[in-house]
Amino acid sequence: MSQDRSAVLELHGITKAFGGVEALQGIDFTLRAGEIHGLVGENGAGKSTLMKIIAGAHADFVGQFVLDGRETRFRSVRDALAAGIAMVHQELSVAPDLTVAENVFLGSQPVNRFGFVQWRRMAREAGEQLARLGIHVDPLQRMGDLPIGLQQLIEITRVLFSGARILILDEPTSALSPPEVERLFSLLGRLRQDGRSIVFISHFIDDILRVSDVVTVFRNGRKVAEAEAAKTSKAVLIEAMIGKGHEELEESYLHDIALPAASDRPTVLQASHLSVGRSLRDVSFEARAGEVLGIYGFMGCGQLDLARVLFGKLKPDRGELAVTGRKMVFGTTAAARRAGIAFVPESRRAMLFHQEPVYKNISISILDRVAAILLKPSREREIAKRQVENLQIRPAAVDLDLGMLSGGNQQKVGLAKWLSYPPKLLILCEPTRGMDVGAKNDVVNIVRDLRSRGLAIIVVSTEPETVLSLADRIVVLKRGAVVREFVGEMVSKDRLLEAA
Amino acid sequence: MTGLVTDEPPKPSRRIGALLRAQMRNIAPFLTLIFLTGFFAAASPSFATLDNVGNILTQVSVTGIIAVGLTFVILCAEIDLSIASVANVTGIAVAYFTLQDSYVNIANIAMPGWAAILLALGLCALLGLVNALGLTVIGIPSFIMTLAMMQIAAGVSALLVRGQIAYKIPDLVATLGSSSIGGIPWIVIVAATMLLAGHVVLTYTRFGRYVYMVGGNREAAEYSGLNVKLILGSAMVISAVCAGIGGMLGVAHFGSAQQNEFDTYLLDSIAAVVVGGTSLFGGRGGIGNTIVGLFVLGVLNNGLDHVNIDSFLKILIRGLILLAALVINVYAQKLRASTAK
Repeated sequence: MSQDRSAVLELHGITKAFGGVEALQGIDFTLRAGEIHGLVGENGAGKSTLMKIIAGAHADFVGQFVLDGRETRFRSVRDALAAGIAMVHQELSVAPDLTVAENVFLGSQPVNRFGFVQWRRMAREAGEQLARLGIHVDPLQRMGDLPIGLQQLIEITRVLFSGARILILDEPTSALSPPEVERLFSLLGRLRQDGRSIVFISHFIDDILRVSDVVTVFRNGRKVAEAEAAKTSKAVLIEAMIGKGHEELEESYLHDIALPAASDRPTVLQASHLSVGRSLRDVSFEARAGEVLGIYGFMGCGQLDLARVLFGKLKPDRGELAVTGRKMVFGTTAAARRAGIAFVPESRRAMLFHQEPVYKNISISILDRVAAILLKPSREREIAKRQVENLQIRPAAVDLDLGMLSGGNQQKVGLAKWLSYPPKLLILCEPTRGMDVGAKNDVVNIVRDLRSRGLAIIVVSTEPETVLSLADRIVVLKRGAVVREFVGEMVSKDRLLEAA
Repeated sequence: MTGLVTDEPPKPSRRIGALLRAQMRNIAPFLTLIFLTGFFAAASPSFATLDNVGNILTQVSVTGIIAVGLTFVILCAEIDLSIASVANVTGIAVAYFTLQDSYVNIANIAMPGWAAILLALGLCALLGLVNALGLTVIGIPSFIMTLAMMQIAAGVSALLVRGQIAYKIPDLVATLGSSSIGGIPWIVIVAATMLLAGHVVLTYTRFGRYVYMVGGNREAAEYSGLNVKLILGSAMVISAVCAGIGGMLGVAHFGSAQQNEFDTYLLDSIAAVVVGGTSLFGGRGGIGNTIVGLFVLGVLNNGLDHVNIDSFLKILIRGLILLAALVINVYAQKLRASTAK
């Protein structure tokens, strides 16, 4: 049905190289009015590069760029915005300390003839604007107090309000709970009716298939398939993405998975009655050696605060922690590290040094074991090389600045830095977020290997698939409290969602 | 000089342009230094003489000593505005604990030289510790914390000297600050030694690595299990102690200890570090950069004297040079961020 709508944007033969490496090779891409266009591909397949070209962030590329039938060339993001093309990134760019209304009107507040901001008019119009899109929220609320899903909808509203008719959404559903995804999809449906065009990039192929009209698949900088969403399937898309039959990797987890019986291995970490402000209420659990404990809950259920308490970053108001039976009070993350706890946060920016070489990123957490006072760079490189080999980090050059690596490989570096001297307890926050199928599988294998070496592992995630593919035992958090523990029983995505 | 602080490029085959852009913060100050030296050498016959090189070295020594510690602080992406005041109060303290001639009307406490030196060092370390605690335990931004300390240290100075001028200082300090060995002033040797020590600590020790990592990404440093507060606090104490040593030798160099003696050293020290190319956002740069920055300032100050320029214009020119350095500093950060994202 979308085929008969007029093309808004046509790209022909787009090629883009970074330092001799071709990130995109001769891409043709058409976006029609009132179309939701899904984009899938592994990390580094070229999706983001193409979107950055469309959004004006990369100006130097080869090929034809036709907007509304006229050949165009954007020199900057500003040019693209002026032409009505806007991108909403995975990491939102909202101002958490401003109100909803201020965020909607960011950069274009209504002013009276003396140049004073018309606050009341702004709040009223923001409220109307949001309500029109089916978003019901008090425009005077502080942005940072709202759940992430709502913040995202408000950011989309702002972008639309500034006149965007082509909207590029990068991984919009990865941080959302199922009801929030529903809300997002109904908003996108409305925008499609208005005749706006949307590019939807996601690793969640189910989401892509549900919401898109057309799906394009990228692999290694090439467009390998384009199909109407109604006429294709998940298996076909995955095959196109990866190139071989990998369906078993992306099990749907709809059927039951049998968790192993309760472990009688020694307890490594015992958390008792932890409470933090409004985000954690009387949380108790234990993590055992050689076992992966999954902590599952929707975004904002308190799981991130819980992880931070375990690593000494956040002090609990009440409750205590014991590591291998000894009571611990972690004043600093350094104390937690010395007690044998390793922590991989959910964002790469929070764990890696992009301007430093790979080997320094890997050695940072174990430097006190390698060097008393004077550094031993050759030893650091040696250790880093071993980790790069073990985790198959590419390119395998430990002197390369971390920023030159792809996202998935950076994530592996974030894990590698804890493994040279294995900790007693490894806490992984969202270990597979934003990863492609192959990289996810690598993480599963790494975690299983670590488990077999006797580490206690805690996986904290808002993605049921992540928890289901990794955990031996699952604790479900809801509004800061433990509501359910799955142990030695059958579990499925449905049951997890139901519990949370 | 810049070789001390460069990171090896990943592959020699990488484009030269990208490399130059990444290294801009090291290259630009060095080119500035060469340009200024060439300019003054051409403009004045008395500039490029061996004697004058000695002058420049002596003139930048006190700034150099103070700038060593400040380099640590700026690499951590913090700032220390109290260095000049701490230098001043330490210089005054060492005189306060030394027997003064009877015409100096200060109710001081005379002590043996070694005790005076230790007490003075203890004082500056203590002031640095207060900065450190304010920054890390209470969480006052270093800009404000050290602004308060600037005033506190000036207040202690005022109370100690009460508008008087003291002249006598321990022999060791007098020797290091104002005499020479084999034609080389001791103060130059001390400055060179401290700069070298600072470089060794920053480049070859675990603590130095931590300073760069904390400056490069504080959040990641914390999630890597580093004691970020301890590292920041240490940098503040190192800064205060370096300032104190600079203050004691400065007093010997000037020949007297009095209020407001070091006021120009705050701007000079910050300028030396920043002009040299150490990033104001932390994590990039080092002592090598600071040395280049010191020479840029030293050559500029000294050269302007040789070309007989209006002394009031000198102040403006220094301000403009600092502004240019800031522009390059911020620009270099952006360039780097765009090459290695």
